[in-house]
Amino acid sequence: MKGTIVINEQVVPNVRRLVLEAPAIARHAKPGQFVILIPDAEGERIPFTLSDWDASEGTITIFYLEAGVSTMKLSRLKPGEAVYTLVGPLGKPTEIEKVGTVLLGGGCYGLGGIYPLARAFKEQGNKVIALLEARTSYLIYNEDKIGEEADEVIIATADGSRGVRGHVWEAIKILEERGEKIDHAHFVGCTYMMMTSSRATEPAGIPTIVSLNSLMVDGTGMCGCCRVLVGGETKFACVDGPDFNGHLVDWDNVFARAGAYVGEENLAYQFHQSRADGAIKDDGCKNCGKEAI
Amino acid sequence: MGGKTLTAKERMAIPRAKMPEQNPAARAANFEEVPFGLTAEQAMLEAQRCISCRNMPCVAGCPVGVHIPEFIALVAEGKFAEAAREIKETNVLPAVCGRVCPQEIQCEEACTLWKRFGGVSIGALERFVADYERNNNLVKIPKKDSSTGKKVAVIGSGPSGLTVAGDLVLKGHEVTVYEALHEAGGVLIYGIPEFRLPKEIVKAEVGYMESLGVKFVMNVVVGLTMTIDELFDELGYDAVYIGVGAGLPRFMRIDGEDMNGVFSANEYLTRSNLMKGYLFPEYDSPLPPGRRVCVVGGGNVAMDSARTAKRLGADVTIVYRRAREQLPARSAEVHHAEEEGIEFKLLSNPVRLFGENGRVTGMECIRMELGEPDDSGRRRPIPIEGAFFKIECDQVIMAIGSGANPVLTKTMKDLELNRWGYIEVDENNRTSMPMVWAGGDIVTGAATVILAMGAGRIAANSMHAELMGLPQPGTEES
Repeated sequence: MKGTIVINEQVVPNVRRLVLEAPAIARHAKPGQFVILIPDAEGERIPFTLSDWDASEGTITIFYLEAGVSTMKLSRLKPGEAVYTLVGPLGKPTEIEKVGTVLLGGGCYGLGGIYPLARAFKEQGNKVIALLEARTSYLIYNEDKIGEEADEVIIATADGSRGVRGHVWEAIKILEERGEKIDHAHFVGCTYMMMTSSRATEPAGIPTIVSLNSLMVDGTGMCGCCRVLVGGETKFACVDGPDFNGHLVDWDNVFARAGAYVGEENLAYQFHQSRADGAIKDDGCKNCGKEAI
Repeated sequence: MGGKTLTAKERMAIPRAKMPEQNPAARAANFEEVPFGLTAEQAMLEAQRCISCRNMPCVAGCPVGVHIPEFIALVAEGKFAEAAREIKETNVLPAVCGRVCPQEIQCEEACTLWKRFGGVSIGALERFVADYERNNNLVKIPKKDSSTGKKVAVIGSGPSGLTVAGDLVLKGHEVTVYEALHEAGGVLIYGIPEFRLPKEIVKAEVGYMESLGVKFVMNVVVGLTMTIDELFDELGYDAVYIGVGAGLPRFMRIDGEDMNGVFSANEYLTRSNLMKGYLFPEYDSPLPPGRRVCVVGGGNVAMDSARTAKRLGADVTIVYRRAREQLPARSAEVHHAEEEGIEFKLLSNPVRLFGENGRVTGMECIRMELGEPDDSGRRRPIPIEGAFFKIECDQVIMAIGSGANPVLTKTMKDLELNRWGYIEVDENNRTSMPMVWAGGDIVTGAATVILAMGAGRIAANSMHAELMGLPQPGTEES
């Protein structure tokens, strides 16, 4: 049945891999697209980047961080159980062309999200360099899979426990220093990572795409919840995106809109956890270096 | 005929029935339905007001041609379930239409009694019999024509799609409705609030369609989850109806619209109605109550948004650029909104939103005056130079209409669209693609439930004729 859970496992602390039965989605999915699911009958419609799909098995894969009510509910579902609803694939597919050397940067759920991009860019005959960032070495996942597609995988850890000490944007500097000519960059991860990485590619004028993760309701262009300012124009991430030119995105606006419901999210989490220590506090992110708002 | 036959004069002497309602103060704080509906006695008395005039202007005033005098005669006799079935001959959604149709510009306005006595309360009677039939488990499955072996796909489960599905399933076709959201009903589910159209009723109507044999498949965005070509070539459908609605919210393109606290009416109402945000945190989708809410626009959607915000506890102002007489909303909705304490700032238009830390804190407006009539026949609002004023608010809801959502249409290369992106159709609602029909808001732009149903009816008749090799409606033999 559509939406039935095949696998729901932790891959590294707090990051889970979810494999769902979804034959129609698996058949039509393209790199860069997403799905919307509702965990249970009272749940919210939440978008997730597609990290893989298998048309012959009729399954799709997403990675998620347990960070709020919906993902908490999701993490409790067992194989054989089903999410309340699942729809997709949504959004415009990423434009995949042969451009030369392609840099793919991923952080958090983006370590899952860049895999289909790596596969597709490689298929088009590009040289693919993947940059995987995490707070520390044991939070890196999906490395082997990405390694099968990418020509080179560079790891960046904030604590320097593995690879480059620092973040995606610091790793980009190292690539530039060694004289690597990058023709195209694409970043998938939290807003902060995508913003800082876009800034890192701007001076060299590297065409840069980011996959925004805006709040959404219907996901088909009907409500406008996911609107973002790109080059001074209002766009809907669900149907005009989620891919946008990282150098034209109004990042202040993206940050503000992402935080529209922080208070409510906190309240809902407490309501569901019914215990004080379950509250979400914005302490910033130790993973990518984002400061507390 | 039960009881004695009244003379026309006696009939006209009966005062027009009015549905009892929750009092405004109480209802402005809950999401329960506003009118309670007629009692059986009231309904029978009101039905006797119908003078059974020969030319039946009410039927001509109804976009789907409900057999109004016939059903009213049955009400007068106390045959309520029979009356409901009489309506269902031509209207698959009587409990919905009895509640949300603008009767005052359709059947009731056309009623012979309208000018001197007030038209027969056709809407209230329609609602009464539909509720009576449903609440007393008297809903009967009408006899279906024998199977034609033809398969029809309906895209979108709103009022026009439901009409097509209901009509064609009764004519013996196999009908499947595909819906992008997770509940069937389209605007009846996500758009119209609980206090105007309880969702239980929409679910019951959809359930009725299922009992007729219509299949519903949720969570399919045709164009993305599957293509039109797949519907024909792989799934073997013989005909397709597109009733996906308008579905692209308009914004004003003024400064500050991208701030938090600014919603399209679609988002605001979907959060409330479909996602049950008014029950947060029992339901997870947040819909934070505003303190002072400005709703921009003057249609039914603006009234629905304003009354929803009011129920969440806000002081609400409707900001509309024309005058009171031009408000496009049903008069009953305007009246209800006023009773509930919603303020109207007429002849005012926002020019800029301002805010702090990415969150809206107010709106600057300009006073307007009415000039010459425009294309719509309404006097054009013109800004009065320099007449700016500010309104403080922490939420703004833009209810200024919808455009054509391109998600499906852009995947159909051979489908002709007009310059606004709406689908071009002929008088039988046929599109430029063979065996594809369309109707409702994706053809006309945002309109009403009943007009969408009327469009569905026209398409269904044409689809049936085409599938059965009969002449098209409107041609010489039909």
